[in-house]
Amino acid sequence: MNNSKVVSSIKEAIQLAGLKDGMTISFHHHLRNGDYVLNMVMDAVADLGIKDLNVNASSVFDTHEPLIGHIKNHVVTGLEADYIGGVVGRAISHGVLDKPVTFRSHGGRPSDIEQGRSPIDVAFVAAPTSDTMGNCSGKYGKSACGSLGYAFADAMYAKKVIVITDNLVPYPLADFSISEIYVDYVVQVESIGNPAGIVSGTTKITRDPVGLVMAQYAAKVIEHSGLLKDGMSFQTGAGGASLAAAKYLKDIMLEKGIKGSYGLGGITSYMVDMLNAGCFEALLDVQCFDLGAVESIRTNPRHREVTASHYASPSVRSSAVDSLDVVILGATQIDTDFNVNVHTDSNGYIMGGSGGHSDTAAGAKMAMIIAPLTRARLSIVVDRVLTVSTPGSTIDVLVTQRGIAVNPRQQELKERLQKAGLPIVEIQDLKRIAEELTGTPKPIHLGDKVVANVLYRDGSLLDTIKSVD
Amino acid sequence: MEIKKAAVAGTMESSDVYVEIKPASDIAVQIESVVAQQFGEEIERVVRQVLEENGVKGAHVSLNDKGAVECVIRARVETAIRRGEGERDQ
Repeated sequence: MNNSKVVSSIKEAIQLAGLKDGMTISFHHHLRNGDYVLNMVMDAVADLGIKDLNVNASSVFDTHEPLIGHIKNHVVTGLEADYIGGVVGRAISHGVLDKPVTFRSHGGRPSDIEQGRSPIDVAFVAAPTSDTMGNCSGKYGKSACGSLGYAFADAMYAKKVIVITDNLVPYPLADFSISEIYVDYVVQVESIGNPAGIVSGTTKITRDPVGLVMAQYAAKVIEHSGLLKDGMSFQTGAGGASLAAAKYLKDIMLEKGIKGSYGLGGITSYMVDMLNAGCFEALLDVQCFDLGAVESIRTNPRHREVTASHYASPSVRSSAVDSLDVVILGATQIDTDFNVNVHTDSNGYIMGGSGGHSDTAAGAKMAMIIAPLTRARLSIVVDRVLTVSTPGSTIDVLVTQRGIAVNPRQQELKERLQKAGLPIVEIQDLKRIAEELTGTPKPIHLGDKVVANVLYRDGSLLDTIKSVD
Repeated sequence: MEIKKAAVAGTMESSDVYVEIKPASDIAVQIESVVAQQFGEEIERVVRQVLEENGVKGAHVSLNDKGAVECVIRARVETAIRRGEGERDQ
């Protein structure tokens, strides 16, 4: 019996895995903008002369810019992701790829993989620590990223699994996340990522006074929503205003002695602070946003790693979003029907994606959008979003610095917030107030080519994204 | 009002505009804007209007606009004009 799966190089692992033209390979994004693995693998694949690959990456960041070259050389002819940053997104919007990109949500992706709708031939797992048989973890090593939540479906369902690590340890790594039973090959490299890039620049509380006003409103909306009671569960994004809202919420919870049940999602140090202060019983963590979160998931048993399926899949028996009370989310645009765009910017360029946006909005009892009324002379509120990322039927509240709009289907919530003295306005009024300041924008011109299809979490087509000329 | 020397006003921050003005015999306006599609023509109209209101007959003006609203554009252009007429040091 061979007691090691370690092979000498990424190229050797790719050849042993039998990767051929036309196959699908997959990546996960826990190393975020510090990730080296996707680029290393794509360079190796290109060197081996393999072409026509479909790349399924849970997210694509700006550091993955070399992917554009691999697309131009037809090494990559298909791309599927839950999020694509502005650099690669711009190239996609200009039509660099013949075939439309498939966008999914963080829950829809593992759901489709597990249901066999999105098969993977070879999965690459970026592992901050692995033993010689592929038991691996994100909690340890110089490139520690904490949770490996998004990588589980890939590891469990891909035909072949290659673990790439920069911290190879003797068998067995007792505190593993992904088990050796799924892993075919292990490759040791000098470095899988830049630790500085793992920590996003957005994971700091805003000091912008507009952001702080929005955050205070958001916390007050939660306070008066009827949901702020013992057992409340909560998720917030890593944007500056969202984090500030979490801080204000923490103050309210401590003052009132309220003990929540769990904090969910991508986890920041601010959520860890709430756990340690007694605001939650547990954190369920699909991805760590900063080193404080990494340290916590390593040392605190109440801070649990969850798989992407457990986090948000619509096709499992239950996922954590199903029990969620409150989620705070961002938006690049929201329309008067409360549909939200997080995929494209105001000129139509791809610069984001659902992530868990539509999953948490569907699951949470109250889904709140927090956004400044205008950004760079454009109203956040529009008649019709350029891209529907999350259906308005799942969004409950929009918080801006100039007022709070409640979805008309939430009449009771609206009355509660009015009684609490919060500045409740109609969403149409917010658009009017914004355009009094900015002027009325001319409609933008988009191309005819469909460059991306946005799939809802159940696999249905939610919207298409057009090219930008 | 005569533009006697090159001058600038504003910043490259989001929602601001960076204005450069230079002496010239005619009027030329060059605009780069993150909201060119939505407000490009409107921005040019405002810049020309501010030049006219200040009696500027000759100047080359270029804007790098990061989404400034109209009152900000007016203020930045006017400041650039005043700095360019040489009444005080920049």
